[in-house]
Amino acid sequence: MPASSVQIRLSVNGEMHDVEVEPRTLLVHALRDSIGLTGTNIGCDSSSCGACTVLVDGRSAKSCTMLAVQAEGADILTIEGLAATSPGDGLHPMQDAFHECHGLQCGYCTPGMILASVSLVDEYPDLDEQGVRTGLEGNLCRCTGYHNIVKAVLSVAGKEA
Amino acid sequence: MAVTEETTSAGGIGARMLRKEDGKLVTGEAKFVDDIHVPGELWMGMVRSTIAHARIASIDTTAAASMPGVHSVFTGAELAGMDLWAAPLPCAWPVTEDMANPPHWPVAPEFVHHVGDIVAVVLADSRYTAADAVEQVIVDYESLPTVASMEQAVADTVHAHSDLSTNKAYTWAIDSDPDGTQAAFDSAAHTVSCRFVQQRLIPSAMEPRGVLAVPSPIGGEITLYSATQVPHILKVMMAATTGIPEQKIRVIAPAVGGGFGAKLNINPDESLALVLANKLGRAVRWTETRSEAAGSTHQGRAQLQHVELAADADGKLIAVRVKIDADMGAYMMLITPGTPLLGAFLYHGAYETPKYSFTCEGWFTNRTPTDAYRGAGRPEASYAIERAMDMLSYEVGISPDEIRRRNYIEGGGPFEMWDSPAGLQFDSGNYAPTLDRALEMADVASLRAEQQARRDGGAVKQLGIGLCTYVEMCGLAPSRTLGALNYGAGGWEHATVRMLPTGKVEVVSGSTPHGQGHETSWSQIIATKMGISADDVTVLHSDTALSPLGLDTYGSRSLSVGGTAISMAADKVIDKARLIAAHQFEAAPEDVDFADGSFSVAGTPSKSVHIQELGFVAFAAHDLPDGMEPNLQEQVSFDPPNFVFPFGTHVAVVEIDEGTGGVELIGYFAVDDCGNQVNPLIVEGQIHGGVVQGAAQALYEVAEYDDDANITNPSLMDYLVPSAAEVPNIVTDSTVTPSTTNPLGVKGVGEAGTIGSAAAVINAVVDALRPHGITDIEMPASPMRVRRAIDQANGSAS
Amino acid sequence: MIPAAFDYVRAGSAEEALAVLAEHGDDAKLMAGGHSLIPLMRYRLVTPGVVVDVGNLNGDLKGIRVDGDTVKIGALTCHTELEHSAELASACPLLGHVAGQVGDPSVRHRGTLGGSLAHSDPASDLPAAVLALGGSLIARGPGGEREIAATDFFTGFLESVLAPDEMLTEIRVPVTSGGWNYQKFNRRAQDWAIVGVAVSEGGKGVSLVNMGSTPIRATAVEQAVASGASAAEAASHAADGTTPPTDLNGDADYRSHLARVLTERALQAASLR
Repeated sequence: MPASSVQIRLSVNGEMHDVEVEPRTLLVHALRDSIGLTGTNIGCDSSSCGACTVLVDGRSAKSCTMLAVQAEGADILTIEGLAATSPGDGLHPMQDAFHECHGLQCGYCTPGMILASVSLVDEYPDLDEQGVRTGLEGNLCRCTGYHNIVKAVLSVAGKEA
Repeated sequence: MAVTEETTSAGGIGARMLRKEDGKLVTGEAKFVDDIHVPGELWMGMVRSTIAHARIASIDTTAAASMPGVHSVFTGAELAGMDLWAAPLPCAWPVTEDMANPPHWPVAPEFVHHVGDIVAVVLADSRYTAADAVEQVIVDYESLPTVASMEQAVADTVHAHSDLSTNKAYTWAIDSDPDGTQAAFDSAAHTVSCRFVQQRLIPSAMEPRGVLAVPSPIGGEITLYSATQVPHILKVMMAATTGIPEQKIRVIAPAVGGGFGAKLNINPDESLALVLANKLGRAVRWTETRSEAAGSTHQGRAQLQHVELAADADGKLIAVRVKIDADMGAYMMLITPGTPLLGAFLYHGAYETPKYSFTCEGWFTNRTPTDAYRGAGRPEASYAIERAMDMLSYEVGISPDEIRRRNYIEGGGPFEMWDSPAGLQFDSGNYAPTLDRALEMADVASLRAEQQARRDGGAVKQLGIGLCTYVEMCGLAPSRTLGALNYGAGGWEHATVRMLPTGKVEVVSGSTPHGQGHETSWSQIIATKMGISADDVTVLHSDTALSPLGLDTYGSRSLSVGGTAISMAADKVIDKARLIAAHQFEAAPEDVDFADGSFSVAGTPSKSVHIQELGFVAFAAHDLPDGMEPNLQEQVSFDPPNFVFPFGTHVAVVEIDEGTGGVELIGYFAVDDCGNQVNPLIVEGQIHGGVVQGAAQALYEVAEYDDDANITNPSLMDYLVPSAAEVPNIVTDSTVTPSTTNPLGVKGVGEAGTIGSAAAVINAVVDALRPHGITDIEMPASPMRVRRAIDQANGSAS
Repeated sequence: MIPAAFDYVRAGSAEEALAVLAEHGDDAKLMAGGHSLIPLMRYRLVTPGVVVDVGNLNGDLKGIRVDGDTVKIGALTCHTELEHSAELASACPLLGHVAGQVGDPSVRHRGTLGGSLAHSDPASDLPAAVLALGGSLIARGPGGEREIAATDFFTGFLESVLAPDEMLTEIRVPVTSGGWNYQKFNRRAQDWAIVGVAVSEGGKGVSLVNMGSTPIRATAVEQAVASGASAAEAASHAADGTTPPTDLNGDADYRSHLARVLTERALQAASLR
């Protein structure tokens, strides 16, 4: 019988968390169930939907496709920590843009979509509409038809929709 | 319509107000069911049938039950002996007196009827342990003959339920003059006869369903959190089917991540969590996995449609005759049998026809039950008539827009209270302007030129342009009409409006949002009605303890029924406040005007009081008119006198790679008329999302079952919900034809996009393929299907 | 969907990883980014007793170096690094381009070249690219290192010549100068290719994605190109000798058709570069 649990330290949103997990514990479950950061959602079990997207060392990753033990030593950023990464007391510009462009309806895909978008804008400096659409290929939304999501991301990327 | 693009953080009816709901959702603070935990909770793990139709020979739960962390394991037979249920899961819409309705127990006691039917439930201390324990339960099945397809169901030689002698569940018809209809066909200059397949769809709300039942340690109260669209209906149905007294059950729908009809049901898991929590005295929970959802949440569409049109020499319709075979799946769930009938009245679409005949037969299969999915019956109807109208246009030899213009109700001009051949009365309409505007926005004239150039040049990528004018019925629903259709409940909606002592307003909504933005829209209605800031309004909803009366959210009903109730309750608050103002002014109430939130006496400017000041006056009750009750609080149950009938015209533009067969949706233009708009920003959002869901049916999605009725693409890896990369921007505009059904003049918009788009997209695909002689293609128009259609067309031509 | 339980070892060095593999044999699975392995484990299609995590190893196992006429890429180099590498874009542009077509950005951040090759999925993009390029793979095992030609590496569906006690450390592809192209046909951008075609050096190397149980070198096409055939003529041989799979997106006939269409397009596009 494999070892039932291990003790790990996870850096999440700038804070260290000592958590006990099983080796098989998915990062998303450690975030949600062990640390209580429930803003990271789960929408599928095939790495297809992106609802669980977090930033790992600044780049988007699907936290359902990472083991919690793999994340030890990395800096994890979840939606709860995003606002604090931008100056001032307000939200991150991507959060503001999703609100201002009506880029969300039920909001379930939104944390993952926002973090994927933050990573996308950071990775690809010259995004146009097609670049945003292709870049968000791994994040599914069932409500918005993506129109206003694309508009929001383009506004942050400095491009008009 | 000239609308401002300016958004606002607080506004009244008509403003593009940014949503109040967003703050919690963009920060991750919102709590969905799976985010809520209570001490001592037990996780359910469902042991699901892997066989579509079988008798359960034996279940061995010993290994699972002895695993560390496993609390208990119950089989269906064991649960059946525990006196947990007063009745099987409910079907609220027995559409005919003799409809077959085999019992649907939360856990199958002896026979399973679809893959995913629950055969045993594990209770464990974590979701991981529950998943492990499920794997240790050994079930021995004796397979029975399986009905894996509609063709098999209709052939009726093998039966989905062994104790039924037929798969046919019911026959339902609107057919007042079959001989007259036949005579019309006999005399017609043009007829078309088509068969369309409405493939099964998996609704795929991004939040999987989930449930948490929390019993009270003493007193027998129990709180059921569920990812549901229908907390009020769930509460009533749980009481009725479990025997737990209704007043002991509180249902809370916390943040709910989309529904689209999939969360409009009374599910085995909800009932199981409730009765087990009640029995064990411990909180019991379950969260669906995506792959599990294919067998645990109902699916949509699933019809075979036989559509016949008869037209005169000019292409004017003289008869529409429709026969539907509808796949019920394995059981009748909440509104399974009625779902296809929500389209029954609409197969003539936006067009006049003297003769109309509709028949629907419902059939059982050994597949996941079907039920409402965005549009529920109406996308199927609009698809059928809009595809058939294109086929009629080929037959008559006129353009798709011309065939529509010749047939629009009242010549395409404005009308009110039009009597339909199916027996409805359309509240209002004005169809031609939506067509004109859609053609103009899409610049169809230029597209046609481009299409011709590509055809002439033999381009690999050919262009297709598709049209759809849809009309739908929503705003469910007049209670008497529902009664006449044998539906088991009413269609009213309830609202309470109360002004708090400090002048702020609390609205209690009976309709329950899961992404639609009720908090924002209801605030806007109050802002306009009461002349206050939308920021001064809060909306309470989705908790039967806060909002005891309501009929929830489906069928694009929230605004036209629930919003109307709110508006009417606000009127009653204003009326009462007027009496208080008149009392203060020592004036007659009829001399007191109300404007911009203030009461005043005409000609006496000094006599003025703002309604928000009266909140405290009514609360203190020191000086109210004689006999008046304290407080400013009024409630209304609004039962709509009629449905509402939104409409619009959509233009889809596709590019087909004739080498691969790949179809790309490269342009989409939607002109919709949902009557008066409370928040155009939200209206557009509903259209965007609705259009993409319909386009997804046209091009991507189908629940595939194999010969043994196993679903072969249950995950989002194989069930192709499109991403941003697969769809274009959706260009929108609207016309405004107010409804005559409600004082706000509003219609519904939640389903309209979906109702219009599948037909527009397939019409575009076929339009691109017309030079090959192709007149139809089955959904989804996958690359292989398109390429094969081209091959077959060319093979038969050569 | 949750993996079955396993033991986890985070390797501090390649040697440590190899030692664990040697000890556990078939029961152990090497994991780099985990983007091939974890999805299979979640569906419990793979249930290793031990997972050996090499994702944090550095040194020669990560990075891109041009060494004469060979590009040497550490096996743990992620797709994103390949996608954005200016060095690779200049030395071997096909590989960087194909890396940018894998999955979606989040997948590319975590997935590695070595992981993708070791997984040997016939529907994956990168194995076919390395095949078209005529690359080779360096495997390290108890007996030291060996270089395996890509053409010899893939043996069956998710199977390769890599022994259970070996790990990939490096992938070598030639510096190229000729025309190249990659045609990936799928229904959604994030999906695996229904069929893909990689062309290197103007058609000297042509390989097929998802046309059999392994990534396939389209030798008949290569020979036709070498003998001066037109793109259309050469492409007509694209499905020769293949046994393409049938799934929801395409049956064998359709895949064969796609292979011909996409090969012609890839050859034409490559000739224009």
